[in-house]
Amino acid sequence: MTGQLRAATSGFQLATRRNVELALLLFVMVLLLGYAAAVEAAVIEEITGDFWVQTATLGVLFFAAHLAVRFLAPNADPVLLPAVAFINGLGVLFLRRVDYAYLTKAKVALRADFSPWAGLGGKQLLWTVIALVFAIVILVVVRDHKSMSKYAYTLGLLGIILVLIPALLPASLAQREGQSNGAKLWIRVGSYSIQPGEFAKIMLLVFFAYYLVKKREVLSLASRRFLGIDFPRGRDLGPVITVWVLSLMILVFVKDLGTSLMYFGMFVVTVYIATERASWLIIGLGLFLGGAFLAYFLGASVGGPFANFYTRAEIWLDPFADPSGDGYQLVQSLLGLGQGGLFGEGPGNGSPRFIPEVQNDLIFAGLGEEIGLFGLTAILMVYLLIVERGLRTALGVRDAFGKLFAGGMSFTLGLQVFVIVGGVTRLIPLTGQTTPFMSAGGSSLMANWILIFLLLRISDAARNPASTSASARPGVGRRNPPEQLHDAPTEMIR
Amino acid sequence: MPEFVLTVARYGFLVLLWIFVFTVVGVIRRDLFAGTRANRIVAAPRGVGPVAPAGGGRQARVPRRGRVARQAVVTAGALAGTRITLAEAPITIGRAEDSTLVITDDYASARHARLVPREGQWYIEDLGSTNGTYLDRGKVSAPTPVPLGVPIRIGRTSIELRP
Repeated sequence: MTGQLRAATSGFQLATRRNVELALLLFVMVLLLGYAAAVEAAVIEEITGDFWVQTATLGVLFFAAHLAVRFLAPNADPVLLPAVAFINGLGVLFLRRVDYAYLTKAKVALRADFSPWAGLGGKQLLWTVIALVFAIVILVVVRDHKSMSKYAYTLGLLGIILVLIPALLPASLAQREGQSNGAKLWIRVGSYSIQPGEFAKIMLLVFFAYYLVKKREVLSLASRRFLGIDFPRGRDLGPVITVWVLSLMILVFVKDLGTSLMYFGMFVVTVYIATERASWLIIGLGLFLGGAFLAYFLGASVGGPFANFYTRAEIWLDPFADPSGDGYQLVQSLLGLGQGGLFGEGPGNGSPRFIPEVQNDLIFAGLGEEIGLFGLTAILMVYLLIVERGLRTALGVRDAFGKLFAGGMSFTLGLQVFVIVGGVTRLIPLTGQTTPFMSAGGSSLMANWILIFLLLRISDAARNPASTSASARPGVGRRNPPEQLHDAPTEMIR
Repeated sequence: MPEFVLTVARYGFLVLLWIFVFTVVGVIRRDLFAGTRANRIVAAPRGVGPVAPAGGGRQARVPRRGRVARQAVVTAGALAGTRITLAEAPITIGRAEDSTLVITDDYASARHARLVPREGQWYIEDLGSTNGTYLDRGKVSAPTPVPLGVPIRIGRTSIELRP
């Protein structure tokens, strides 16, 4: 009987869907090639002989990443890699387009001779190479995501240190060049600067996930019901209050609302995933809004460390009060988006030169000017799909640590997109967050690619079919029940 | 570059962008529907297990009263929502990885309890667990028949048989 069942079981193999991934990647390459050609047609007025060089380099890179996934995580989600590859590629090509804009005074011929490895675009391409190499190394080293929980405390401590370093450094070493009032998010060494907070996100998530797996029982105890919501016991609020105070300190000392919102949101959502209690979300949101409001009023009345946040909030409330001074960034961003309208000016036809920080914070505005609301919505959709795949992974994986870690990572990615796009479009105060995979900068690109490859690793475990390696790695994935039960072999019907 | 080419590039890129989004959604769609089915754990699939001989076997499967239990549903606890389709094989419940229903519950033992079919009726049997198995309010000390819709409680988890 058992033999008969086994034979039937092996017939239900899950398709790994690696070929779908490859096909989607090819589609991405066609899309990027089209964009590169369109940009050259508009900016140089002819399509040069080597317009394909950057796209082809990206193609080779992503193909290598695909091969790594094919051999190291064969059951991973087929959509994550192509979707991220698209956004990364578009970022590189848009930065090259920005380079062209800065060459505007030179002759058109000079633009045509512009090397594919020069300027912001070339640098970003190089960063993509490095980021992917690192991410693949992570995929090789982390063979089972559960092993990461062994280093939870070390990683958590490291994460906190990384967040604190820029806050404690003197401003000249921690701020972006030429921004004496900006956020203290960087560590500058000579002409290089790294943004340690990007890496700290992942490390802190490992710690949060591990800690909450231990504490979920306690946190899900409810003491009283008020307005239809179950509220947790007072003493269980401790960890949440601690993280709240820490993130408010980040708000004041790092001078960045976005970063503060990121860490606090990350924690609250992992608590929510761990306990399945919506009251945590309401408490979290209430605490954060209250804290931000308090900082605003303290900034208005006391000034001092709160003054920066106050200024930013004022700009947000009325950017046109000082359009050429404080409000300049936001005003230019809004004008750019408005200029783009529904369908945009067309790739290469905008004027990103007029948008400050178009390579970093305001890349979305620059892109929006050229591809319009229609194009931006498509890009937001791609981000949404990436987050959806991440959450699907979290649902599918069987162990609690994996669930929390994957859920936290995908939420963080989504939150980061929300914070920056919300800032650019004046939904929330503009902050110094990077647009994941798009903004110029190695730290952000590297950290986010590592995040995606960790998601791929977890999704490989989640989608592992029943008939392979079940006895070798029992209980790795939800769809991976043990092969031999007492008397009843089980199997998943696909 | 002629104006025409630029216009084609402008709208062509947007169209291609949206085709990409919908292609990705199409890929995911298949996965979503596969996902809902993957939540069903099947203990011995129908038609694969030993086919009951016609006549006598058929007779034996008719329950003494009420309808036949076809699935066990976890109604509370970490695994809430999980369904197990019932066939002829016993179902083991516990923390051990090789149980049919693996429950991660602090109050569950490694091999906690077992659901056994006998003559068309499912019996719950405690396997010497530390914290006990309860059928509704009563503690299970010997194999006890499980009526439909009555919760079997193990720690924070409760399981019901459904038709």
